[in-house]
Amino acid sequence: MKHIDAYRNGDLARGLAATIAAEAKPERQYNFMEFCGGHTHALARYGIVDLLPANVRMVHGPGCPVCVLPIGRIDMAIALALEHTAIVCTYGDVLRVPASAGLSMQKAKARGADIRMVYSPADVLQIARNNPSREVVFLAIGFETTTPPTALVIQQAQRENLPNFSVLCCHVLTPSAIGHILTSPEVAEWGTLPLDGFVGPAHVSIIIGSAPYEPFATQFNKPVVISGFEPLDVMQSILMLVRQVNTGRAEVENQFTRVVTREGNRAAQAVCEQVFELRDSFEWRGLGEVAHSALQIRPAYAAWDAEKKFTLPYLRVPDHKQCDCGAILRGVKRPTDCKLFATVCTPDNPMGSCMVSSEGSCAAHYTYGRFRDIPLVTHP
Amino acid sequence: MCLALPARITRLLDDSMAEVELGGVLKTISVALAPEAQLGDYVIVHVGHAIGLLDEDEARATLALFAELAQHEAH
Ligand code: SF4
Repeated sequence: MKHIDAYRNGDLARGLAATIAAEAKPERQYNFMEFCGGHTHALARYGIVDLLPANVRMVHGPGCPVCVLPIGRIDMAIALALEHTAIVCTYGDVLRVPASAGLSMQKAKARGADIRMVYSPADVLQIARNNPSREVVFLAIGFETTTPPTALVIQQAQRENLPNFSVLCCHVLTPSAIGHILTSPEVAEWGTLPLDGFVGPAHVSIIIGSAPYEPFATQFNKPVVISGFEPLDVMQSILMLVRQVNTGRAEVENQFTRVVTREGNRAAQAVCEQVFELRDSFEWRGLGEVAHSALQIRPAYAAWDAEKKFTLPYLRVPDHKQCDCGAILRGVKRPTDCKLFATVCTPDNPMGSCMVSSEGSCAAHYTYGRFRDIPLVTHP
Repeated sequence: MCLALPARITRLLDDSMAEVELGGVLKTISVALAPEAQLGDYVIVHVGHAIGLLDEDEARATLALFAELAQHEAH
């Protein structure tokens, strides 16, 4: 496919790997966090980790929106479906996230809840038009990439004066999560995370541009390279990070110039600004409460805000006691450090959210990396 | 969840909609977030919306750079 295949060329990948190995100084360790689940998935799926020298370690970050959605929010969606008999629509991966009382949206569906999977928020609007006698709620999740389409449907619902449509808004912000990773007290508690730089988000940055990462370079002295999601993109970005570290620079560089600019998508930013405002605080699964890290619907659109319409309270629900998702999302532990990994917790029966989406650290490692952990035994 | 793919605009439709071709499949998407998109442009499609335009010159430059950066072993 045009603009995809060329970025997956195996010979070029091996060549890039050789360049990285030649430039990474053997006497030092390089720890880079890939914030996005999309990068975690690419690293695991294309075996990039195996192509990197041993002293270049990639640390998974909290950038999978399904993984960071807290249990309490899914409980709200399930309550809307079961108690308020609303039609609740959301993106596919969310359906399998474990919620309270052994439920998930999928399991609630089996109990009679009308829960539907959609590919686009516009589909939810159509379901609302087709079912005027039912309440139709969109559980809207995701980072800045997914937020503008949600804003558009809320505006459209207002234009059409559609009374039975509303949005349970769980949109979260990337820069706040990166900032939290660098400053949260829990990181100090679990041991310091010696990060040398970040592989910055691809599609999120199409919307917000590269400028919002500049404080991480100037204030925290961490290099950031905005990277495309294809394997060669990721490898070039790792090389760019190695070069920044080697020369003592901490800058925001853009590897994904074919789509990302410094300013981002102004039209999308404007729509979001009209519809959303900052929440004071939002709970992230695994990260806890993070100030100014999520969006809520502005009062002007309150009629389409499910939280206001149904006066839904948010109840905090702790994760499974043995689930290490929190430490994994902060990069201080690896999936295999969790006692439940690949035993009790598998993609078919996820205990924590990192095992649900294929972009989650545990699921990516389960699917593509599990057997790498087993040392090869050669028979005499 | 964050999957977004480059697709070529094959037809501009009313109401900020467009038809795109994605690996041989035609799909109707919204271009409300990429109002500058023209016929023949590559857009990045996410949850049924074009969220940005792909710059073909930059795409070519990136591919050329890969080739250059992968030349290590030849030296
Ligand atoms: S293996 Fe499962 S329980 Fe353990 S950290 Fe990962 S998702 Fe959580």
